[in-house]
Amino acid sequence: MRSRRLAPYVLLIPGLAWLTIFFIIPLVQLGAVSLQSGFPGYPGYYYRDVNVGNYASALTEFGAHFGRSILYAGLATLFTFCLAYPLAYTMAFKAGRWRNVMLICVVAPFFTSFILRTIAWRQILADDSPIVRTLNALDILPGGHLTETWVAVVAGLTYNFLPFMVLPIYASLERADPRLIEAGGDLYANGFTTFRTVTVPLSMPGIIAGTLLTFIPAAGDYVNAELLGSDTSTKMVGNVIESQFFRVLGGFPVAAALSFTLMALILVMVVIYIRRFGTEELV
Amino acid sequence: MARRGPDLRGATGDLTLQSVTKEFGSFTAVDELDLVVPRGGFFALLGPSGCGKTTTLRMVAGLEQPTSGRVFIGSTDLTGSRPYERPVNTVFQSYALFPHLDIAGNVAFGPRRRGVKDAAARATEALELVQMGHLADRKPGQLSGGQQQRVAVARALVNRPEVLLLDEPLGALDLKLRRQMQVELKRIQTEVGLTFIHVTHDQEEAMTMADTVAVMNAGRIEQMGPPAELYDLPRTAFVANFLGQSNLVRGTVAADDGDVVTVTTRAGQVVVPSARATARTGDVVMGVRPEKVRLEQASDTPNLNGDNMVGPGTVVDVSFSGVSTQYIVDVPGLGSWTVFAQNLGVDAVARRGDSVLLMWNPYHAFTLPGDEDLTAGVDPDVVEVLT
Repeated sequence: MRSRRLAPYVLLIPGLAWLTIFFIIPLVQLGAVSLQSGFPGYPGYYYRDVNVGNYASALTEFGAHFGRSILYAGLATLFTFCLAYPLAYTMAFKAGRWRNVMLICVVAPFFTSFILRTIAWRQILADDSPIVRTLNALDILPGGHLTETWVAVVAGLTYNFLPFMVLPIYASLERADPRLIEAGGDLYANGFTTFRTVTVPLSMPGIIAGTLLTFIPAAGDYVNAELLGSDTSTKMVGNVIESQFFRVLGGFPVAAALSFTLMALILVMVVIYIRRFGTEELV
Repeated sequence: MARRGPDLRGATGDLTLQSVTKEFGSFTAVDELDLVVPRGGFFALLGPSGCGKTTTLRMVAGLEQPTSGRVFIGSTDLTGSRPYERPVNTVFQSYALFPHLDIAGNVAFGPRRRGVKDAAARATEALELVQMGHLADRKPGQLSGGQQQRVAVARALVNRPEVLLLDEPLGALDLKLRRQMQVELKRIQTEVGLTFIHVTHDQEEAMTMADTVAVMNAGRIEQMGPPAELYDLPRTAFVANFLGQSNLVRGTVAADDGDVVTVTTRAGQVVVPSARATARTGDVVMGVRPEKVRLEQASDTPNLNGDNMVGPGTVVDVSFSGVSTQYIVDVPGLGSWTVFAQNLGVDAVARRGDSVLLMWNPYHAFTLPGDEDLTAGVDPDVVEVLT
């Protein structure tokens, strides 16, 4: 009897150990680093401290980067949602025997490297590309470039995170009982009203999961801004953290403070979001 | 398509199906069906799964469109219109309550869509009708099957549709609850006076609730009428077997004097009143219900009184079920016959291995055309045992 009660805890040990060693301890370490101070005159050397100034400089010096991260991630989430919902809806309800082909197409990009695909976007959006040339010929592209602009960064984010939005929405739509949608029609709701009052609420768990899976990594992303954005005006927090850690001598504490601030910011936003739209009661 | 919703929703009168056919690819689910359901009636469509009863219901709801034929309420042609344009509501088999809305929200859904001002008040009223008012703020997932069933009824009824469709609404409930809901639904129907169309494969449920039962098989209506009439005088082997049970035997008409038809079977001659003979010439099938047949020990001298008699046969099985006892009797020339005897005394009328005579009043017998399949409508599991 005793061993049976112990079994769940024993089963938890490997996972807990892994998390402790590779997540919790490094996180505490990161927290400690974010409060360190540098030895004056010895750049790259630190001592233990409770230097809240790191957080102050993280926010004052790099506030614009935070703003951009949230803005770009928000825009990318909005655009992926607008692209993903109709796609997921078609796959779930209209695709018939093409459903699996479409699913494979959605997942297929994962077979090539994320970096490689983002570099490919540099070619797609390059000044000599058909897209930019067409837009320039029509004279509707202010500035004449797409690369090195926020548009390119948001486009890259949108592209890279699309599958993370499509798959959960598809899963929730596919699971929805078709009789519920029929019941909407039976109860005097026309096609669009049924969609608004039945289909969308039923897919809320998928929408929540998809937007979180897109927004959270997009807000911390630096690859898209690095490869598609400009060196000055489109940098996101991820880029700053990367350069503070690896390129600025003595930048460790500020980089750690930036990481912590970003984490806290995202956590707060996610909690508010789930509180507002939470659907845990949905069966 | 023009927006004709409001006028269709105002349609009143009998529900009429005019030679309605529904094909799915090469499969004909409903075949040239003609049907009139009088306004305010409780009508049951009874049949085995795959007989087309649910497809028929869905065509009335507008969830399917007929391949050919027309659907009317009164003189209004509903064919081709969408479900939301029709004065028809459905109680779905799995209830299909919206999981994201509470019970009050579910019931108020229909009135809200129609822009009814006091939608919430109507919902409350409908919930009271099914005695679910106290659970209005729960979510469907928190209710039992029986409670969800009542809510589904309230959600449809609140709209006061001209026709209410019930698609096997009691299928998921246990026997006791099902009996209770049968009575309840009947009460509600009497109270609101709407046309109810009830689809079921449970013959007892159909007979208990409906004033008119239509027995469906392979996309067609085999026979239609008040339950007692259908049970008493089935016109096809399918109805004889699907609605209750029947003892059927092949024979040939030997004489027909206008009052009674004499049929020669391999176990002797029996008579059937002409009025009860669906087939009166040549090869026929003679049938009688198991509870109409009486057992007598072969050693006794039977008092016939004009009854039909066959046998002797051998009792091969006796099963006691409280109110009655079921006997299976093997009669040479007839095969296995079933006899239900009410347990008026304590001792069984016959034991296994007894030699018995079978007797019945001719006014309980009937004949069917000779080309009928004797096992049509019998539960497939039972056919396996019999053959």
